[in-house]
Amino acid sequence: MTPKKRRRLAFAMAIVAAAAGGSALVVAALKDNVLYFYSPADVAAKHVAPGVAFRIGGLVEKHSVMRGPGATVHFTVTDGRATVPVAYTGVLPDLFREGQGVVALGALDGSGAFVASEVLAKHDERYMPPEVVDALKRSGHWKEGEKP
Amino acid sequence: MTGEIGQFALTLALALAVVMAGAGLIGARASAAQARAIAQGSALGFFVFVALAFGALTYGFVSSDFSILDVAQNSHTLKPLIYKITGVWGNHEGSMLLWILVLAIYTAAIALARRGSDRLNSAALGTMGLLAIAFLLFILFTSNPFLRLDPPPFEGAGLNPLLQDPGLAMHPPMLYIGYVGLSATFAYAAAALITGELDWARAARPFMLAAWIALTAGITLGSWWAYYDLGWGGFWFWDPVENAALMPWLVATALLHSALATERTGAFRAWSLLLAIAAFSLSLIGTFLVRSGVLTSVHSFANDPQRGFFILVMIFLAIGSALALFAWRAPKLESGTGFAPASRETALLLNNVLLTAAAATVFLGTLYPLFIDAAIGTKISVGPPYFAITFAPIFVALLILMPFGPRLAWQHGDLKAALRVLAPGLGAAIIAGGAILAFTAPRSLAAAGAFALGAWVISASVIDFLRRRRGRTLNAGALASLIAHAGLGVTLLGVTGTTVWRSEALEVLAPGQSMQVADTTLRFDGVGIVQGPNYQATRATVEAFRDGKRVATLSPEKRAYPAEGQEISDTAIRTTGFSDLYVALGDDRGGGRWVLRAYVNPLAPFIWFGGAIMALGGLTSLWGRLRKRSASAPAATVPAE
Repeated sequence: MTPKKRRRLAFAMAIVAAAAGGSALVVAALKDNVLYFYSPADVAAKHVAPGVAFRIGGLVEKHSVMRGPGATVHFTVTDGRATVPVAYTGVLPDLFREGQGVVALGALDGSGAFVASEVLAKHDERYMPPEVVDALKRSGHWKEGEKP
Repeated sequence: MTGEIGQFALTLALALAVVMAGAGLIGARASAAQARAIAQGSALGFFVFVALAFGALTYGFVSSDFSILDVAQNSHTLKPLIYKITGVWGNHEGSMLLWILVLAIYTAAIALARRGSDRLNSAALGTMGLLAIAFLLFILFTSNPFLRLDPPPFEGAGLNPLLQDPGLAMHPPMLYIGYVGLSATFAYAAAALITGELDWARAARPFMLAAWIALTAGITLGSWWAYYDLGWGGFWFWDPVENAALMPWLVATALLHSALATERTGAFRAWSLLLAIAAFSLSLIGTFLVRSGVLTSVHSFANDPQRGFFILVMIFLAIGSALALFAWRAPKLESGTGFAPASRETALLLNNVLLTAAAATVFLGTLYPLFIDAAIGTKISVGPPYFAITFAPIFVALLILMPFGPRLAWQHGDLKAALRVLAPGLGAAIIAGGAILAFTAPRSLAAAGAFALGAWVISASVIDFLRRRRGRTLNAGALASLIAHAGLGVTLLGVTGTTVWRSEALEVLAPGQSMQVADTTLRFDGVGIVQGPNYQATRATVEAFRDGKRVATLSPEKRAYPAEGQEISDTAIRTTGFSDLYVALGDDRGGGRWVLRAYVNPLAPFIWFGGAIMALGGLTSLWGRLRKRSASAPAATVPAE
């Protein structure tokens, strides 16, 4: 082996080692940071344990939004088959509306209520997150072409 | 009438793009001088007709011609003129037309500047022609902005109020100049593979730089907008749409560095070509992610799946044919001269390994939910901590190594000499890190490390600047790199400061009541109604006190747009340049009581200062390149650095 070839081999091995280390890091990070998406019907069917973070999505049930006490807001998320009560302390996004699609991030407390740490904003009144569309389709409450 | 002119101009532009593609590719052969002339002419014609089409749509928006469907859906007579104009690209159809316009501008620039040999230039025009055909077909068949509405409505539906903002008005054009600029780089890379001519990196350099500067500015603007508009006080959410812009930026940054070596010594010749292909592919994938809405994003707009499919087909064709061309031609490229382990080339190599690794982790995290959904049908998303965990170590390594690059000579560098020169930087790093540990609370090792890194990078740039000025070796290229590197250091300080030392408060206040955030007391003085040009604002008055003295009056507001039937909030930010006081107005709780959210974000402005400094570095390099070209013949000069 010429010195040049040896250097190239050493270099290639260094790259492989770096790639392997990097991949291990990435896989470990991915495994710990995956958030599942559940519709209210999934939450009922899957018996999600309290304290496990996930994203919930569906429609904000009409007349369910209750403001207070303090800066907390309570509302109910529905997919037409099941409902889950949600509590969120913070400033709701501008396009949060009753009857419209919503995705929130958080976990269940002991009583079966979802405590949201984040309610996803959106930029467009007409936008419906794809998971919400999917959840509504599964529960048979999606009407094609309907303006959400 | 304007609609027909636009439609007609677009169709003619398509015909000219076909001619340009054919003639340009034929012109890659040495004997085909006539084909080259045709390609040049049709490139300019293509530009003229695309500009005409864009002008027609703009006229439609400005004159509120609601017989054009796109105008009726996205404009309104009461909108201020500036937002009538920016409304042209505030919707899918118009934004695709803007994309084509930018493509046409780059095409005309390639045709006029005639960089590289005649054959290379012609093949690049041919490739641009192929891209133009694909995008024009996309527009004409799936996103035609000139569709008619009969009978026209009396009033338009208005523009999404979120887009009626100066930051967001400039953000898409900047990003497009970046994305599409990578298509010009891609065209030169493809041309190099077609013709076998190796001086493509020098010829494509200004386009590469323009694209990178615009991407940097576009991402910075977008992040700034999200910060002041979304009301969360955050600047980056690792959202798919943000990542879609970050990935091409990372690869384009890698390309800027590797192409430097390719140009200078012929090193990494095949790799640079591959990066040019990858950078453009990622901007296409980014467009697909944004335009198809396959991933849940806080930045998504309503969309149409058919368009996503078309873009996907285009991505496969573009990436597939470019990679096939690469596999076929790249082995024939002769490799450049070798280099020692301690050399500029090695530094650039490490830079490239790290930047592409960073791009790969972002890519994986962004697309992983799609893979999982396709494979097992489970809906998941990847949380921001994943990106922080994978991205941070890579960037730490990058920042530690960054100051060495510019201090090492090509081919044979002297690592010990570089270390000696950089020793004061090491001192600055230790002092900065130590000071953070000693004087700030809460005590954070991460913050100390980050400040040490920032000081290391910034002081290295200062050292380099002083030495080069004394030794009279300060050219535009060297100046550009040290400015850009320092900019990254400044951004790092901003990100660290905001992340580690942010204070937050959320309260329901009645008029006269106060809340405390960090060392600032905020007194809520109630709300009033203010009339805007096309909205009605509920404006709160908040007085800020520090040590009993009034320091600022802030007016966060909620704006109701009657035309669009929407309400958006507008945060109030008072900045000292070193720290932001940030107040957002929440819900009305009745009886004059309102929800107020306040932040103190130390060093937040540095995030965007740093971005601006990086873009300035890019501009310096571009200016140096263009000046040198006009001052002397391009072939004989010594390259920058």
